Amino acid sequence: MTQVVQPPIASRSTTPGNDFGGITRQPAHGSGGPPNRHGAPDFVAIQESAEFAALRRRFRLFVFPVSALFFLWYLTYVLLAAFARDFMSHQLFGSINVGLALGVLQFVTTVAITFGYVRYARRRLDPSAAAIRAEAGR
Amino acid sequence: MSEGLGSPVLNITVFAGFIAITLFVVYRVSHRNTTTSDYYAAGSAFTGSQNGVAITGDYLSAASFLGIAGAIAVHGYDGFLYSIGFLVAWLVALLLVAELVRNTGRFTMGDVLAYRMRQRPVRAAAATSTLVISFFYMLAQMAGAGGLIALLLNVHDKAGQAVVICVVGLIMIFYVLVGGMKGTTWVQIIKATMLVLCVVLMTVFLLGKFGFSITALLDDAAANNANGRQILEPGAQYSTAISKLDFISLSLALILGAAGLPHVLMRFYTVPNANQARRSVVWAVGMMAVFYLATLVIGYGASALVGSDKILASTGKENSAAPLLAFEIGGTFLLGIVSAVAFATILAVVAGLTITASASFAHDVYANIFRRGRADPASEVRVARLTAVVVGILAIVGGILANGQNVAFLVSLAFAFAASANLSTLLYSLFWRRFNTRGTLWGMYGGLGSCLLLVMVSPVVSGAPTSIFPGADFQLFPLSNPGLVSIPISFLAGFLGTVLSRERTDRVKQAEMEVRSLTGLGA
Repeated sequence: MTQVVQPPIASRSTTPGNDFGGITRQPAHGSGGPPNRHGAPDFVAIQESAEFAALRRRFRLFVFPVSALFFLWYLTYVLLAAFARDFMSHQLFGSINVGLALGVLQFVTTVAITFGYVRYARRRLDPSAAAIRAEAGR
Repeated sequence: MSEGLGSPVLNITVFAGFIAITLFVVYRVSHRNTTTSDYYAAGSAFTGSQNGVAITGDYLSAASFLGIAGAIAVHGYDGFLYSIGFLVAWLVALLLVAELVRNTGRFTMGDVLAYRMRQRPVRAAAATSTLVISFFYMLAQMAGAGGLIALLLNVHDKAGQAVVICVVGLIMIFYVLVGGMKGTTWVQIIKATMLVLCVVLMTVFLLGKFGFSITALLDDAAANNANGRQILEPGAQYSTAISKLDFISLSLALILGAAGLPHVLMRFYTVPNANQARRSVVWAVGMMAVFYLATLVIGYGASALVGSDKILASTGKENSAAPLLAFEIGGTFLLGIVSAVAFATILAVVAGLTITASASFAHDVYANIFRRGRADPASEVRVARLTAVVVGILAIVGGILANGQNVAFLVSLAFAFAASANLSTLLYSLFWRRFNTRGTLWGMYGGLGSCLLLVMVSPVVSGAPTSIFPGADFQLFPLSNPGLVSIPISFLAGFLGTVLSRERTDRVKQAEMEVRSLTGLGA
């Protein structure tokens, strides 16, 4: 059950050929397929649909907090490197100190967030994006 | 030690081999390149993994290979701080930019920014920013080539170096003209593979030499460095209050700039959909994580085996750390490989910048501003090719003129520009419904303008012994990187421009952009 409705002809405000500032569309490009026979999908209706709102919420629920988190973590690290030399040079094991360990930890978190996002997107975002595409293409 | 290293003939031979292989590949993969989609985006036919490797190739410039390895070898930990910024920056691209940009644009950054705004002024701003950033970035690469030539080919007079810079530039123009985006992408892929393989092999070898003990490596590195054990902790390079602030400014520009670099954004159009754009970033992050960890080992390894004094006394100073280490552990042959990789790096990065600049001019300025979107694809590609030649010649001339100048700051400046002008407006455009044309223009020009202005009155240009004009002193701003001030200015200008204008958001276009960006509908 979906709230996406096909637009009446008159509500299509985008003239074909004016997409992307009027660059002629070329065939055999992109995955969206040819526009259906009713013309371009009604983006306003899709944007107002519950499915799209849910997709947008799930997307933002992940990327906004995670972006804030890694940004703050990176900033903390930079500030520590600039102003807390004693702490950073504290030796942990062998000649490896806190600074090196934290630096390598930045690598670890970057890779972890990357894979975390890929996993989240595959499970929580891609299916609903595909569903909205399929609905609009019908 | 002022002599070149190893055997120049061998160095040239290995490099010539790289050129022969890439020219062959470029020639083979490029069928006619007549449509705009072929020329700008390689028909969007690359896979995510191929594009990820190509992004790595585009992103890892000579500055990140020779520069960071050298900085770690001489200054130690402070050099490592760069690597971290360069890598973490990719999370911004992954989470906030890559997929959405892929879904809403076709060829250039201007496509995304102008999507729901008034076309001509926004495209003009996007093209200005793209051209300025590409030119600065390119100048840094080409100027670095001069020092590299002196070091690796043993060509010391300026005229000889100018000839080599010309040859490098002409080959690059050939790649772009014949290969378009497809050929350029393959050059990036080959180069990135060579570069990463090379640093990984060197790293494994180095670790083996120290019995796979990081402590042994670090101890030896500290023992052979003029800074001693200081190189294992932050602060060898950034010790004063101003330099610490400068370092924070630089870090901010690095992490926020990568996702706004036009040549990086353009790479996302070479894949068919957002899913592949995501895969591209995953591959890029994986390869770069390996690369930057390897440069840490190589940098400390160079300090341990070559010694900081010997590095600083050599022709290329810091930049010669990696080549000197290669010579130390693998003799002339390994040095030849490393030199070829370094040259290939400059060549490939400049090619990527040239195609980006030419695409922006032909697509944003010519097709959409001059011809108001009614240019036929064949003439647009013709203009793009012509622009590529002009940009290439500018790069050659700029490289010759800037040869020997201290222009390493230009790369970090390009990041500051990208973070100030592009990232703010991209994010607003994608996530803030009310954002409008005036906000876009204020954000872009505010960021670009404040960056330029601050650099003009910074110690980079005057008032310090290392300035471009060491004799003059019109320095007003203490930091050499403007990011700390210009990035907030850009976000603020974008916000103010939007709320102070009565312009209403184009409701339909905004819906179209938002739906497309998240679902890939019609992309």
